[in-house]
Amino acid sequence: MLERTNRVRRAAATAAVALAVVVLAGCGDKTGPNNKQNALRPAGPYAHQILNLFTPFFWVAVVIGVGVVGATIYVALRFREKPGEERAVKQTHGNVALEIGWTIIPALILMVMAVPTVATIFSLAKRPTGPNVVHVTVSARQWWWQFTYDDTHIVTANELHIPVGQPVSLTLVGPPPCNSPGCYNNGVIHSFWVPELNGKKDVVPGRTQFLKLKADRPGTFLGQCAEYCGLSHANMRLRVIAQTPADYQAWVQRQLQPLSAAALAQFSKYNQAWTCLACHSDDPKTPGAIAPNLTHVADRCMFAGDIFPTDESHLTDWIYNAPSMKPMQENPKNPLQPKVGMPNFSSVGMTKAQANEIAKFLLSNTATTDQQPPVECRS
Amino acid sequence: MTTVEDAHALVKAPPLRTRLTQRPRTTTGPFSWITTVDHKKIAIMYGALALFFFLVGGIEALFIRLQLAQPNGTILSAARYNEFFTMHGTTMVFLMGMPLAAAFGNYLVPLMIGARDVAFPRLNMLGFWIFAFGGIFIYSSFGLGGAPNGGWFGYAPLTSTPMSAGLLPGRGVDFWCVGLIMLGIGSVATSVNFLVTILNMRAPGMTMMRMPVFVWMMLVIAFLTLFAMPPVTAALIMVFMDRNFHTNFFNAAAGGDPLVYQNLFWIFGHPEVYILILPGMGIVSEILPVFSRKPLFGYSIVVFSGIAIGFLGWGVWAHHMFASGLGPIAVSAFGLSTMLIAIPTGVKIFNWLGTVWGGAVRLRTPMLFALGFIAQFTIGGLSGVMHSIVPSDTQQTDTYFVVAHFHYVLFGGLVFAIFGGFYYWWPKFFGKMLNEQMGKLNFWLLVIGFNLTFFPMHFLGFEGQPRRTYTYPSGMGWDTMNLLATIGAFIIALGVLVFLVNVIFTARRGEPAPADPWDARTLEWSIPSPPPEYNFATVPIVTHLDDYWHRKYTEDDEGRLVKLPAGAAIDTDAATEAAVDPHSIHMPSPSYWPLVFAMALPIIGYGFVFKNWYLLALGVVWGFFGLNGWAYEPATEPDAGEGH
Repeated sequence: MLERTNRVRRAAATAAVALAVVVLAGCGDKTGPNNKQNALRPAGPYAHQILNLFTPFFWVAVVIGVGVVGATIYVALRFREKPGEERAVKQTHGNVALEIGWTIIPALILMVMAVPTVATIFSLAKRPTGPNVVHVTVSARQWWWQFTYDDTHIVTANELHIPVGQPVSLTLVGPPPCNSPGCYNNGVIHSFWVPELNGKKDVVPGRTQFLKLKADRPGTFLGQCAEYCGLSHANMRLRVIAQTPADYQAWVQRQLQPLSAAALAQFSKYNQAWTCLACHSDDPKTPGAIAPNLTHVADRCMFAGDIFPTDESHLTDWIYNAPSMKPMQENPKNPLQPKVGMPNFSSVGMTKAQANEIAKFLLSNTATTDQQPPVECRS
Repeated sequence: MTTVEDAHALVKAPPLRTRLTQRPRTTTGPFSWITTVDHKKIAIMYGALALFFFLVGGIEALFIRLQLAQPNGTILSAARYNEFFTMHGTTMVFLMGMPLAAAFGNYLVPLMIGARDVAFPRLNMLGFWIFAFGGIFIYSSFGLGGAPNGGWFGYAPLTSTPMSAGLLPGRGVDFWCVGLIMLGIGSVATSVNFLVTILNMRAPGMTMMRMPVFVWMMLVIAFLTLFAMPPVTAALIMVFMDRNFHTNFFNAAAGGDPLVYQNLFWIFGHPEVYILILPGMGIVSEILPVFSRKPLFGYSIVVFSGIAIGFLGWGVWAHHMFASGLGPIAVSAFGLSTMLIAIPTGVKIFNWLGTVWGGAVRLRTPMLFALGFIAQFTIGGLSGVMHSIVPSDTQQTDTYFVVAHFHYVLFGGLVFAIFGGFYYWWPKFFGKMLNEQMGKLNFWLLVIGFNLTFFPMHFLGFEGQPRRTYTYPSGMGWDTMNLLATIGAFIIALGVLVFLVNVIFTARRGEPAPADPWDARTLEWSIPSPPPEYNFATVPIVTHLDDYWHRKYTEDDEGRLVKLPAGAAIDTDAATEAAVDPHSIHMPSPSYWPLVFAMALPIIGYGFVFKNWYLLALGVVWGFFGLNGWAYEPATEPDAGEGH
């Protein structure tokens, strides 16, 4: 009889230790070297607002949770019947006062919770105004992001540069609707999420959504698509690079520079061979028809949905055979017109050397005097 | 009429008929299972098949966890991973959770209300066969052009865009739409049957407020299923039409609206969560009083909070859409309604603790699972309340935090309740006690494995890991917790394996169970284990809540438990067997027709998926043939049996 009690206690202790290990592992893991996608480490006022709202109720929940789990273990052990014991148990059928009590107390807690919740909802829904607001249109695609700066018309992909301390107002849209009958390429639902700057907002085809960001310190903040959007949903990442207003302005100026005449001529040569510009763009202010703007691709830290570092070897492999690096919807009947994503050019006769030549060309069009990779990628 | 004596033999001389098929008459042997209308046999088939799908869905989960054990995992391709997480969710909701509720409900509801069968025995059988064919139909997609891969929630326009546009590979979503519509038909049939059975077939004296809580919860989910299935069926039909017939319900380029799908799906989807969990709450409400030797604390408030959860469940669907851009007024309203659900849920938890408080607690396996349910469900409930804090939900939604939350509710809650229910009612189902030592091992493996798998996921969510991603880069700080989760998943698998071993061991060498091994409270324990085909030789006359308990015990002036001397109350087992000749009990006759009709559905389904109109026509004709046969067949054969 004693032995059985001990066995149960030992098992309970084991479970408690296991739980503690898990909790500690959870806390310890937070300090991952590159973790820049952490809702618990806000880097701007909106994300702070959310965490500040959440934290007190989180601890209330922890107290209630520990209380109920503890009470469950307590009643089980405290009122255990010893083997062979026949206890004449008092048959309580209920207690109206108690039951009203544990109906009303949670209701009161929830009422307290409701007030700041609703206030924060409306505060976060308010659009920032004023001359220093940066307006950016975010277009979510399968499986990358296009950013268009509304004032300067810069078009870039997967890497959003913002000035520290200035509110950024995002307009979230799907791909531009096609008008031809039977056209369905109006995209699917994605969700824009950079946890250290704000919560997420879905990008819904046919709708225009709003989200605001603000960083209170320079740095890189990672994000990724949070709504399942098909095959390469996991490979639809992005980064926000928050810079001092001066650095930001310098970046804007570099982005505004068009390619040199020589570079444009070279690009048109590649275009004749591989029709790059049917999908991409070589002008800083013109979006590609369905694919990222390549004008300043060399100045972005990563490419292909913020998945691969922008270096010669990755770019070469990508141009040569992109679907082998990132799952995409190929079209066996017509390799040059995949259902979703970049074609496999090796299947239409491109050699590795040709791919490498194009990669080198793209990398040479850098507006920075610094060597690769750009300085902000190292932060 | 079929009588008990017939149970062991074919009726000797079937009368001459001009019918195409002869009505089946056997009630024993393997063939009898196919044509049975006995609610207990149907329940066992539901349970066995649902357990099979539980294992299949579990294996999919193990693959998912293997893939995510390390960053940049290569166990599964992206396409396969997307199929597996879609099918894991679809399987656990539609092919495990709901059928297991149907299994427990089918077996127990008639026994608990003192009925001899359900109201519509052949409709009951139809529900099972639709479930079986629907499950096989959906899984056949793996070999017929790709499994469903749009997620169990199947958001349009990803799912509704025609296959030719190639936004999502394969025709799996077609299988998914048609399969779920099919399963929905079965669920509605089953819930109508439960509704009528519970409302109309209660034994004399079994008033609504004397029904066991489990029966109440089955009544609530029957209502929920009846009203939740139509919106999702409409949504699935629209998705299928958009995919195959060039309609534009969800095509924004042509003026459709993707958010309409989300609203329709979650108007089904949130009540669905309660359809899954309420039977679990019912099971726990049965186990706790028995193993505490006390009545349920505040029976009526537990019942009413179950009903309240059922009602409030209709007003919270948009909390699945807090990031969809509904606007601050709508999300505030749905945030507040979501908070309200916490109140009846909290009441239930406190009443369960109040039940155990002061009792004589026997920590047998069913009780351990019930206590595990309370603790883990509470954690899942609390993380659920956090979703009502809308701004923080925009950080948590679609991350591993949500995965942690609903697994605490559906695994830590529902699956624990189901295992508790297995250990508790196994002796009633099969006449043998499951092994207690293995049961305890099973429990502790599941507790440790479950918490190791899902507790770290709360933190993974906070730290930015989204759901439904087949890979993640290294250096995000997610590696350790993902590895722990994978280890936990395999400990869960070990726990489930122990259960299976226990089942096999019990079948071979299990200790025979008496009618009432746990000294229990409700009517099903007043009859032999396993019960005879006709359940109750004499229909019981009910005078109390927990009527069977009151035949065994009474209370002294201070409310203390006093055992009645044997024979003071009616000993049902012996007394009624003697009083009533079981040969005179008329039971419904077996039938082929529900099976024949159910077969038409997958044929129609394949016709739609492959746009093969001949197949479709064949299915429709077959269906009419089945319905026609059914319509002209009496529930109980007038000339069956040996003349009454």
